Amino acid sequence: MSVSIHVANVVKQYGPVTIIPDLSVDIDNGEFFTLLGPSGCGKTTLLRMIAGFNSIEGGTIRFGDQVINAIPAHKRNIGMVFQNYAIFPHLTVRKNVEYGLQFRDIAKTEIATRVDDILKTVRIEEYQDRLPERLSGGQQQRVALARAIVVHPSVLLMDEPLSNLDAKLRVEMRGAIRDIQKKVGITTVYVTHDQEEALCISDRIAVMREGVIQQIGAPQAIYARPANTFVATFIGHSNLFNATLSGGALRFAPGYACNMGDHVRADAQGGAVVAGVRPEEFHLSAPGEGLPARVVKTTFLGRYVNYELAFTDASLLPDQAAIEFSQDVGTAKKVFEPGETIHLGVNPEKINVFSADGRSMMRGVAS
Amino acid sequence: MKIARLSSSPRDFWFWTTLGIAALFLVFLVYPLFSLFASSFVDPETGGFTLAHYAQFFKKRYYYRALLNSMSVTACVTVLAVLIGAPMAYLTSAFQIRGKRFVDVLIIISMLSPPFIGAYSWILLGGRSGVITTFVSEYLGLKMPTIYGFTGILLVLTLKLYPFVYLYVSGALKSIDVSLSEAAESLGCDPIKKVFTIILPLVTPTVLAGGLLVFMNALADFGTPMLIGEGFVVMPVLIYSEFVSEMGGEANFAAALAALMVVLTCLIFLGQKYVVNKKSFTMSALRPMKPNTLAPVPSAFAHLFIYLLVFLSIIPQLTVIYTSFMKVNGVVFTSGYSLDSYRIIFDKLGTAITNTYVYGLAAIVIIVLLGMFIAYLATRRRNLITSLIDTFTMFPYIIPGSVLGITLLLAFNKPPIVLSGTAMIIILAFVVRRLPYTLRSSAAILYQISPSVEEASISLGCSPMKTFFKVTAIMMLPGVMAGAILSWITVINELSASVILYTGGTRTMSVSIYTEVIRASYGTAAALSSILTLTTIVSLMIFFKLTGGKELAL
Repeated sequence: MSVSIHVANVVKQYGPVTIIPDLSVDIDNGEFFTLLGPSGCGKTTLLRMIAGFNSIEGGTIRFGDQVINAIPAHKRNIGMVFQNYAIFPHLTVRKNVEYGLQFRDIAKTEIATRVDDILKTVRIEEYQDRLPERLSGGQQQRVALARAIVVHPSVLLMDEPLSNLDAKLRVEMRGAIRDIQKKVGITTVYVTHDQEEALCISDRIAVMREGVIQQIGAPQAIYARPANTFVATFIGHSNLFNATLSGGALRFAPGYACNMGDHVRADAQGGAVVAGVRPEEFHLSAPGEGLPARVVKTTFLGRYVNYELAFTDASLLPDQAAIEFSQDVGTAKKVFEPGETIHLGVNPEKINVFSADGRSMMRGVAS
Repeated sequence: MKIARLSSSPRDFWFWTTLGIAALFLVFLVYPLFSLFASSFVDPETGGFTLAHYAQFFKKRYYYRALLNSMSVTACVTVLAVLIGAPMAYLTSAFQIRGKRFVDVLIIISMLSPPFIGAYSWILLGGRSGVITTFVSEYLGLKMPTIYGFTGILLVLTLKLYPFVYLYVSGALKSIDVSLSEAAESLGCDPIKKVFTIILPLVTPTVLAGGLLVFMNALADFGTPMLIGEGFVVMPVLIYSEFVSEMGGEANFAAALAALMVVLTCLIFLGQKYVVNKKSFTMSALRPMKPNTLAPVPSAFAHLFIYLLVFLSIIPQLTVIYTSFMKVNGVVFTSGYSLDSYRIIFDKLGTAITNTYVYGLAAIVIIVLLGMFIAYLATRRRNLITSLIDTFTMFPYIIPGSVLGITLLLAFNKPPIVLSGTAMIIILAFVVRRLPYTLRSSAAILYQISPSVEEASISLGCSPMKTFFKVTAIMMLPGVMAGAILSWITVINELSASVILYTGGTRTMSVSIYTEVIRASYGTAAALSSILTLTTIVSLMIFFKLTGGKELAL
């Protein structure tokens, strides 16, 4: 039934423009796999290649052992959920869900039980005789999901399915999608640009940029140990500093140094690096220690206080939106006002050290 | 990366559909046009190449005068139609006008009625022995200015064509969100300035498009100048008379005239497209403009302006219906009322009535099928061939009917394909001329249907062909039907191509009305016209029922 997906050296071109130069990824059977990236990164393009709506200019895509490059979309046995749901407006909810079953050799009675079951699973049975225009966004989404799953597809493909819902419904629906996917146990490829959604719903995430996968990993792994500065700043926030690594110590430009201890192996290359520090990974130090910074703006967010900071000297990497420090309100002794100077230390266990160009992690440091 | 296009495997259903339609276009549009241009360069005596036909046109004043006449009267009609139609659209959209619904219906009826009814009704009213002329000279002792020639054409065509501008601009005004207007006011703009700084610029492309439609229609119109133009000869009339004149060899000269018209209209069309493309906006109103109440005095003027115009435009229909019930003696009206005219047409011209409906229905079936397929190919399977097909379907918009008639006749009156004199060639002319209405409205509704609905169907295991019939076609139906009714109404009223293509057995109602008017048998002409008008009104009612009272998309 459900299968693994193997994408090998795939190329996508529109005329002279190459969208995906050479992409490979293996998705396990039953896995919830998310393609995450900014708009234009090629994630939807890749999904539509798997679905059969985009041609494949190079490489192969396999479902299990079967190469599907030449199989037309309607014979690939996929289930797809679209951004705008794509519910058939002229059919009732039940007829929408039944639609795909008529193209498969399935007995009438079997169709009825399958549809009943799935309507129950996605909790829309009471609306089954309604026309779609009388459903809310969340209900339409459930119909789309039911319609895709009921055919027992080899893979389930979802293209930003939650982006048209309001914030509250989005949170509710992503829980529902996750639960239903686990219950049915189907290989799922999910496309989103919403990192929070990706982090909470996925088994594994592939972060994409300009048609290239930057990193593949479990949500926690990607957050804790991003592969490069793009991932570090795209997933959550990272403050990036120019620093030098020498003799097991990470030296920041203002003169502050952090002893990395066993987090630097002997074979690590020294020299100029970029250090990435998450806002919540700073800790306050005594004056004279740590990085001195001036508070520019204080934003109280309930559980956290968020500070926008300015550094007087050129210790920062250019082109950063904001330097931020998040203070846990539960443990904070004092909330700082704009204009005050604070001193910040970094945690060698948490800090990420990248090569000077930001493209990769420094080998032998951390992780 | 939202690519609104379905990838197509090379030999699927749509591949073959594309090929089939391309073949039809080659045979029935490209080949005839090619024949037309070819024969305009042929010397009828030697059969060799010659430029003599073109030289003759530009040398003789009688001939090139027709072109100048056409351009001058068409330009005047266009300017007047815009000056009437656009303000009227603004008044009815921005302010409360009593009976607006009724006004709209009357305007649409006057626009869609047979093209030459206006001319002949105005002759009945203001001609040499017309009702108004006689009244004015007998009771007031005044002499009416002549209605024949330039003035008459201007009057009749303006009243018939301003509705295009009116409907176009009304539609565009509906798509302007009221918040734009409110934003202008909140920034301190007074209502008059608002019209000129916000609303007018936003509808300018639409005004141009409507103006172009008026221009093309006025330039192409054959019936009106033929009846009311008298000495004022315009191009379609010249082409027709050169073509039907019995002197040998004139077909080549007529072909040269027709070819000139095609080139001219193409140039104008391309020019307009260039201008409109440069300054067009896509708008959709969440909250469309709501009509406000006007102060009593301006409101009275607005009502007077609108009612007067609507009355003038509907006069021909009223005249026609009235005269159809007048007693006739031979072809002369006598006092009293009767159904004589109707009796005569059912006796003598019954085939014209059945022909109209039979050919019309046949044409509509073909138009609907072609319209849906071509709209789909052009919007969802865009490639070189489908774009070419799409462009070619625009040709009938810009080719005058009489030119199309000659084009088809020249191509199909000799082997390999002989269709002249058959019902086929009339149906063919109908399809070619009136396909664009159905095609445009089918394409318009397709743009509103997300391609992902089809992809959803395909992803569920339904083949592309089945998906078209099970999902896409059903969702397209409202748009297709709305267009089809417009095609139908304009098919049954078609004159300028059929008047060239008909023979005794294949005459339609329009053609019969024309020949009856030429014979001065006004009673029978009026009775036939009334039947056509009634059919048009019934069709319009169905149209409004289908579209839920939405405005006409032309």
